[in-house]
Amino acid sequence: MSVHGYLRSIGVVGPGIDDWSQARSVLTAQSPYRFRPTSLPAPEGLPPAERRRVGRVVKLALAAGLQAAKGAGLDPATLPAVFSSSGGDGQNCHELCEVLATPDPHLSPTRFHNSVHNAAAGYWSIATGARTPSNALCAFDASFAAGLLEALTQVVVDQVPVLLVAYDAPYPPPLDAKRPIAEAFGVAMVLAPRGDSSSLAQLTLSFADAAPSGLGDSDLEHLRTSIPAARCLPLLRQIALGAPGEVVLEYLAPHHLGVSVA
Amino acid sequence: MRPLLFSRFTASSCLGLGTEATLRALREQTCGLAPCRFDRVEIETFTGEVPGVEAEHIPPSLSELDCRNNRLAMLAVRQDEFADAVAACIGRWGSLRVGLFLGTSTAGILQTELAYRRRDPVSGALPADFNYAGTQNSFSVGALLRRHLGIEGPTVVVCSACSSSAKVFGSARRMIAAGLIDAAVVGGVDSLCLTTLYGFHSLQLTSPGPCKPFDVARNGISVSEAAAFVLLEPIPTSADADAIALLGVGESSDAYHMSSPHPQGRGARDAMLGALRDANVRPEEIDYINLHGTGTPSNDSAESHAVTSVFGTATPASSTKGATGHALGAAGALEAVLCTLALQHGLMPGGVGTTQVDSALGVHYLRSNRSAPVARVLTNSFGFGGTNCSLVLGRAG
Repeated sequence: MSVHGYLRSIGVVGPGIDDWSQARSVLTAQSPYRFRPTSLPAPEGLPPAERRRVGRVVKLALAAGLQAAKGAGLDPATLPAVFSSSGGDGQNCHELCEVLATPDPHLSPTRFHNSVHNAAAGYWSIATGARTPSNALCAFDASFAAGLLEALTQVVVDQVPVLLVAYDAPYPPPLDAKRPIAEAFGVAMVLAPRGDSSSLAQLTLSFADAAPSGLGDSDLEHLRTSIPAARCLPLLRQIALGAPGEVVLEYLAPHHLGVSVA
Repeated sequence: MRPLLFSRFTASSCLGLGTEATLRALREQTCGLAPCRFDRVEIETFTGEVPGVEAEHIPPSLSELDCRNNRLAMLAVRQDEFADAVAACIGRWGSLRVGLFLGTSTAGILQTELAYRRRDPVSGALPADFNYAGTQNSFSVGALLRRHLGIEGPTVVVCSACSSSAKVFGSARRMIAAGLIDAAVVGGVDSLCLTTLYGFHSLQLTSPGPCKPFDVARNGISVSEAAAFVLLEPIPTSADADAIALLGVGESSDAYHMSSPHPQGRGARDAMLGALRDANVRPEEIDYINLHGTGTPSNDSAESHAVTSVFGTATPASSTKGATGHALGAAGALEAVLCTLALQHGLMPGGVGTTQVDSALGVHYLRSNRSAPVARVLTNSFGFGGTNCSLVLGRAG
């Protein structure tokens, strides 16, 4: 059994990648991939008080999500959204745990409300005014594929465009030794029930027994394997190539997620 | 939506383990809350601990997943022969055709909090026995039950604070409607930890006594823990007379503030209207509302605005959090199970702990149990980040 829909736009922010046009150029080897730390734009749309409070993952999710909404030519306030992240805000988590290890902990209320896994979803709705449903998912290293499956299923069942945002950022020491994530990476897609002339591709999802697709290029393959959200890269490359094909994205053993791109 | 059968359900909370103990506690209007004795916490507040969690045994094959949250999940999934019912369900549909959708807010973060007390004094490193993926990561409870129950279908953990385990019903029903799966295990598991106790305390949202939802003197929440699960399957042609079904799901966002609800309950109203529309049910066809009702002044006020704007002031309503405390990411599934008991036994549970209902709120708040036929109920779950979810449940037949 499968689900299928149309990809209207992509937003992507990562190390050496500022947007979809740059990612497309690197993924199709039209320009060389050069690593540089992820540069995150200031969060758009948030009131000044909120802007000061947000962590890296929120900026990451907002940046990727806004790129995708703009690319699709849709008002973000109209889009139901699925946010998926392997770990949420690692820096915030570290600082909470440090305080909680002291004899008489006094937490910052802002740190506490920022600790929820759906912080990015919450700030997104405040920044864009979206009162639409949003979800906040986690499936460890399978978080991108789980988010894609959730979002495209929602497109099929509810017959509306849905925004998917998947993002991960590194934990600081000492948690980074237990959960190494190489850099901050965020990807967003607007998925829709019907295609039009501006659609990037038609996607069909089904379970696959094959191993996840890799990327020949060693630097990009390193990104894919060292950041859960970058598990999307084989799919992004297939779309960048503009050719039909099949890729397999990491899901949950023993089954991975096959994506047919047409 | 096409209704889905609750083919098995279970709940374990501070009211007891399994549905029999839970129903008895509801009938007797027991309060499961007690003064906080958790870890070395020195906050004047009440908590709801599940009896026997710490003694629960995680089998050696799953030892890397050992933490309080996963012990609670294992304890709960044994009650009401739930795990056996899942095995039979997998036998009917196949392991790939059964999905797993769980809600949690803090998963096994307690393990990390405790590990931070044992950091290497020189390097600052965490102890070697700390396992991130099996405990702290939000997916850990999904990994545990996927392996323990033998589920191979779509599996995900919804981590949207206190709406988490209500929203899993929405995810599951969409995947069933899309034909990806035939059946789903949905539920919520959340356990006591330092982050939530000190966190809600920092926001001055913990009540010094047992919480008093919708009371004129309500002054905060009682943090608790719970695990509750429902097995969702298509309704057979001949459903039992007391069979219960999920009839509708409504989801929305406040787009207002990270930790305060919209004062007029704007998002809450959207979620309730969405659930009624999804169920094709009119407000007057709802016999009982299980309120989110956390017991903070602003939450109960916002929810009452939303409830009265949709239902008026006549529909009987109560919050079961006076009895169970606020089980956060497990609250949605726990309250879905409590509503199932209400439907099956014609029991509208009176709100425990509330002594003087705040008449300014305008909600028809039940303080004592009412015996009456209950055909359809609505239950609310709202969370930080302005995330809202309402469910409509009713008889399957």
